[in-house]
Amino acid sequence: MVISEELLTIRDLHTGYRIKDIYYDAVDGVSISLKKNEILAIVGESGCGKSTLATSIIGLHDHNKTRVRGGIYYKNSNLASLDEEALNNIRGEEIGMIFQDPLSALNPLMRIGEQIEESLIYHSKLSKEQRIQRVLNLLYQVGIPNPERTANQFPHQLSGGMRQRVIIAIAISCKPNIIIADEPTTALDVTIQAQILDLLSELQMETGAGIILITHDLGVVAEVADRVAVMYAGQIIEEAPVEELFSNPKHPYTRSLLNSIPQMNSENEKLQVIQGLVPSLAKLPRTGCRFSPRIPWIPESNHEAEPSLHEVSPGHFVRCTCFKYFHFESEGGSLR
Amino acid sequence: MSFMQIRDLHVHYPIRGGFFNDVVDHVLAVDGISLEFEKGKTYGLVGESGCGKSTTGKAVIGLEKITSGRIIYEGEDVTNKRRNRNSSFNRDIQMIFQDANSSLNPRKRVQDIIAEPIRNFLKLSDLEEKRKINELLAIVGMPEDAKFKYAHEFSGGQKQRIGIARAIATNPKLIIADEPVSALDLSVQAQVLNFLKDIQDELGLSYLFISHDLGVVKHMCDYISIMYKGRFVESGTREDIYQSPKHIYTKRLLSAIPMIEPDTRQARKKERILVEENFHKEQHQYFDENGRVFDLHPISATHQVAMTAKEKWVI
Repeated sequence: MVISEELLTIRDLHTGYRIKDIYYDAVDGVSISLKKNEILAIVGESGCGKSTLATSIIGLHDHNKTRVRGGIYYKNSNLASLDEEALNNIRGEEIGMIFQDPLSALNPLMRIGEQIEESLIYHSKLSKEQRIQRVLNLLYQVGIPNPERTANQFPHQLSGGMRQRVIIAIAISCKPNIIIADEPTTALDVTIQAQILDLLSELQMETGAGIILITHDLGVVAEVADRVAVMYAGQIIEEAPVEELFSNPKHPYTRSLLNSIPQMNSENEKLQVIQGLVPSLAKLPRTGCRFSPRIPWIPESNHEAEPSLHEVSPGHFVRCTCFKYFHFESEGGSLR
Repeated sequence: MSFMQIRDLHVHYPIRGGFFNDVVDHVLAVDGISLEFEKGKTYGLVGESGCGKSTTGKAVIGLEKITSGRIIYEGEDVTNKRRNRNSSFNRDIQMIFQDANSSLNPRKRVQDIIAEPIRNFLKLSDLEEKRKINELLAIVGMPEDAKFKYAHEFSGGQKQRIGIARAIATNPKLIIADEPVSALDLSVQAQVLNFLKDIQDELGLSYLFISHDLGVVKHMCDYISIMYKGRFVESGTREDIYQSPKHIYTKRLLSAIPMIEPDTRQARKKERILVEENFHKEQHQYFDENGRVFDLHPISATHQVAMTAKEKWVI
């Protein structure tokens, strides 16, 4: 028997939001898979569809205003076609979610202990005593110094870092196979961010879960991810193992982004600026290379008419052919 | 030669409580800091949330009451004149806010937003004012027809540039930039940072650059002060702080920055854990029993570090 390494497989996913009776796809044909024991990072700027992708997986969006097409395969079932009830059995138990803002993700009127216990009541057959024991163990596991006291406190009594630890405790309470972390450290200070990232990678090693990490911060990606997918305008434009992506980026967008980071070891240099703007959902051209309007000095003939992902080295995929001809505008225009 | 000095600035917020709602205690948001500003330089103020860096910025420009301390501008004590409409201080010190969206009036057109400081401080005729607005829009790289639009019609980066146009309208000497890029995407952030540097060279501006992002601060600033619980723990040039950090808190902060080098992350993680352990072990040497940082003392011409308990004893 062949055991598939892949925990979750997304095939040609389209998630569209309705604006005046027309659906515009915010996620437009994404195919990606999550393997066991890996942290898959999905990076992109605001509006690229990375959070939409995350919420599509466990169906957290408003069903009246969104349309999900495509396959999200987990354990032989397509999550995109399941109803609410079936999804409820998977949410929390099989797939845990960590949200960006811990204060709005926690119920302000419930004690911390009760909130963690809640998912155990739904998904496990533990007795009350066992549940309380498990809650304290979880709080200890996520590095909260005094679990008994914290379990009886309310969210507003905790600091931002502590709250995020509680959210992580809830996410891992039923030992899920997959954890989706949507910008888990964006609201936190750097020292706390480092602690939370260390915690995430430790938990991943202990439990063997696969983590999908959604973030806009390339520093965070370089710190914890195993594999990276870069998204632009609803599509994955580059996918590679983390070392490969940072040492050998191919797509013009990835390269421009990396050059626009104020690096720790280069001073007084001009930062790379990407011309133009991310197109809005309704005005997005759905044909051709979506990045071409922002690199106008690359001739049209260098782009593909229907850009597809090309494998440049094992595991490293780049969309469109324009990367072969790409040079920064400042590097001179001999090709122009 | 510095044109402005801040001496021993304190901002305390009262905590009220008890039966008669009396003042029972104070939050020491800013607890004795001093700074000097020179023309054309950028001063960074770094720290974690709640350390008092934004309060410092607001207190300097006059949006926050100062408990004690003095602000001296071109030889004159302006501590109590900061919101005086006729003072030159008010014209020469301007501010860029973090959230461009909420700092621009949604009911005003861009030209009225930018013209507000001009109308307050400069006596210009209508024609001159129009010319000035066009000039400002050109400086921040926006088309001229933008002035008839409203703030909501622009993207985040463009809004931030309108905020900058307003800040430079009166030819200020110092701009207080409170987290000017932290709400922006990476590529837009690069645009705004490049642009802030360009107008600095052009107009000879000084910046007080408040940020929690140590990468951005390193890119922008000539002098950097690290703040913790309302006090400076370390202050010096960019090289002083990044090449030879002395205070345990600075080291901890620097070790926590994510780097774009996945190859060395295991080594950096070890380093980070080591620094964190040291921080907990040696904490008592660097902070007094109330968690207050000791006074700064100079270790070179530019570099100042808060003392340890031992050094304090010796002095």
